[in-house]
Amino acid sequence: MNPQGNVQDWIGKQIAGNDVVLFMKGTKTMPQCGFSMQVAQILNHLGVDFKDINVLEDMSVRDGIKAYSNWPTIPQLYVKGEFIGGCDIVREMFQAGELQGLLTAKGIAHNAQTLTA
Amino acid sequence: MSMAADDIARLIKERFPDAEIRIEDLAGDGDHYAATVTSEAFRGKTRIQQHQMVYDALKGNMGGVLHALALKTTAP
Repeated sequence: MNPQGNVQDWIGKQIAGNDVVLFMKGTKTMPQCGFSMQVAQILNHLGVDFKDINVLEDMSVRDGIKAYSNWPTIPQLYVKGEFIGGCDIVREMFQAGELQGLLTAKGIAHNAQTLTA
Repeated sequence: MSMAADDIARLIKERFPDAEIRIEDLAGDGDHYAATVTSEAFRGKTRIQQHQMVYDALKGNMGGVLHALALKTTAP
């Protein structure tokens, strides 16, 4: 991760250049916040291939992503360029099966598991 | 840094006078809350818009002094 110049442009390129992007605290293998961990776990559970961007590595990205989406918290999930939500919304959508439907509608490969137990 | 549950409820109520608000202090530490907000104002809005409206009502405290607010919004 090395945003040079305009951080908003850099963020825009990450979101445009990757089908599924999660801006999170920590990495998908080592999340450093419970909320980021929950979203990463949901995506892993669904077998979704996603790019993780660790906002703790760069303050300009951490602040920049909040401005980009007008959303005050991390994590933030983007699918095919569209802001889907933070932890609460992603979890709610996952539990309702809506997230799986959205992934299917956008042509993102995933397994069709829903929440059990 | 933390914020009292009453302050959270007051800010939301100021913006959405009709709102039914339920706030739980999840960890009992005044820092990790779950809020359920029900208001007519949310009708026809996406979840993202609904949450943005609540964040806006919290006047910049979300992501700042208020670290953890699990949010659920619905129209009645």
